[in-house]
Amino acid sequence: MLLNRKHRAALLFILPGIIMLTIFIIFPFFMSFGLSFTNQRLISKLPTKFIGFENYERLFGDKVFIQSLLNNFLFAVIVVPIQTSLALGMAMLVNKKIKGVKIFRTVYFMPTVTTMAVVAVIWSFLYNPEGLINNFFHTISFGNWTTVDFLNDPLWAFPSIMLLSIWQGAGFQMLIFLAGLQEIPYSLYEAATIDGAGSWKKFTNITLPQLKNTTSFVLISTTILALRLFDQVQIMTNGGPRNATMTVILHLYNSGFQKQKVGYASAMTVVFFLIVLGISIFQRMILKEEREA
Amino acid sequence: MANRSYKKMKIIDSAVSYMLLILLFAFFLFPLIYMISTSLNPNETDILKKMASAEAFVPSQISLDNYFDVFDRMPFSRFMFNSILIVSTTVICGLFINSMLAFGLARFNFKGRNFLVALIVALMIIPFEAVAIPLLWITNSFGWLDTYHIQIIPFIANPFYIFLFYQFFIQFPKALEEAALIDGAGWFKIYWKVALPLSKPIMASVAILHFLMQWGFYLWPLMVTRGPDYRPLPVSMNVFFGQYPRNWGDIMAFASMMTIPVLLLFVFLQRQFINSAKTSGVK
Repeated sequence: MLLNRKHRAALLFILPGIIMLTIFIIFPFFMSFGLSFTNQRLISKLPTKFIGFENYERLFGDKVFIQSLLNNFLFAVIVVPIQTSLALGMAMLVNKKIKGVKIFRTVYFMPTVTTMAVVAVIWSFLYNPEGLINNFFHTISFGNWTTVDFLNDPLWAFPSIMLLSIWQGAGFQMLIFLAGLQEIPYSLYEAATIDGAGSWKKFTNITLPQLKNTTSFVLISTTILALRLFDQVQIMTNGGPRNATMTVILHLYNSGFQKQKVGYASAMTVVFFLIVLGISIFQRMILKEEREA
Repeated sequence: MANRSYKKMKIIDSAVSYMLLILLFAFFLFPLIYMISTSLNPNETDILKKMASAEAFVPSQISLDNYFDVFDRMPFSRFMFNSILIVSTTVICGLFINSMLAFGLARFNFKGRNFLVALIVALMIIPFEAVAIPLLWITNSFGWLDTYHIQIIPFIANPFYIFLFYQFFIQFPKALEEAALIDGAGWFKIYWKVALPLSKPIMASVAILHFLMQWGFYLWPLMVTRGPDYRPLPVSMNVFFGQYPRNWGDIMAFASMMTIPVLLLFVFLQRQFINSAKTSGVK
């Protein structure tokens, strides 16, 4: 092949990265489609067989899978709005020009640099039936609180996981909002003050519209994170009690790794990816609309 | 008159702000303080007795016994070494491989360049979980299970970090490299002596994001490590957590040793951490 010097140089720069992306992302990505039509197992002496859509048929009849999909959506529906508004509120607070604000910002971000495995372990202790959180509710309700075994109670287990997820994730999004807030021209607020607008008016008429892109980014990325929920449920409840905290990725891990059903897990991977893809396309559409408007 | 009521409003405003700030401060800090104070309490019965009260935050007796216990009960230094080795190798190799690819795409014009850029952007959508199971199957057939490199090599090249570098390199004026080329510098020299030094802020952001991702990585090492030899900290923590009867003092000592170094790093490099979080919002 005839390549001039410049092209040879370009090739040297891009080749190592392209090879790695191909082997470790592109190839396995397409592989999951192929494997999803087979009965492939992780380690097996039997030959791999093409079985058509059988995995998909079984998947949509799999009660645990349906339950995990519903759980992931429930998690997104509850956590995304709470975490996003909390993060926005925090960003507005630490954006104020008052003393000591940097210390608060530092502390709010600390959970984000704490590994999820550690977070899960600390909160497991806090959620203990004789633990701090039960006692806290006991105190603020003047003794009317009946002790709850948070992580073993089908009603409480998932909300408990949600709370610590918000605790861990809000700081990161606060910083993204903070970056957005700092880009809003101050003159907009000054003009509004002259027009006699109050704080609430300024918030709804200036802050929110100016943060539209930031907010949609935060909303979508938190939604996708909600679909990827794994570490904390695997460590704290392992999907229980009675699948109350089972998630798609935990089910994927159980089927593909624990039970070694690679074909079946690949079908699940494909469905999971299509959902993430749908959300990402939705995001691009919103942003595009924004740019054209 | 109007001025006075304005002043009053301002005082109320900052009073309310401080109240909220302090409330949130307590909410975000208390679990971490709880972790550290429990880890310093050498008496397990005392830990269990006080676990529900405010006393849990002030250990009556401070000792490092739990920390020594952790080293006695398991090869903790091995786990720490594994994590540091895996994370540092991935991050350092990642900086070079990702920035080189980005440089190649941003500074050269060749057939298929636009396709490759579009491909990288498309790959950003694929979450790791969407390739985990086939990747397990592939790496297993390579015979890589239970090694260091199975935790390193697949995670070096990353479309998002490539994209961040690309966005940065594409802004360089053409004159910069033209001058260097006339001086007789080769492309590699331009990359090494011009592009990389200029991209220090973006390198810091990428390194921090990559570090946080790898340091806390749980799903993959859970599947590909069998014994303690190649196991990183998060999985080791969970194995220890799963052993009954639980000794909370020791567990919290383990958690603290895993967390405090990173927290200190964060406090010292705070500006870089904040920038890295901000850059992740430019997708």
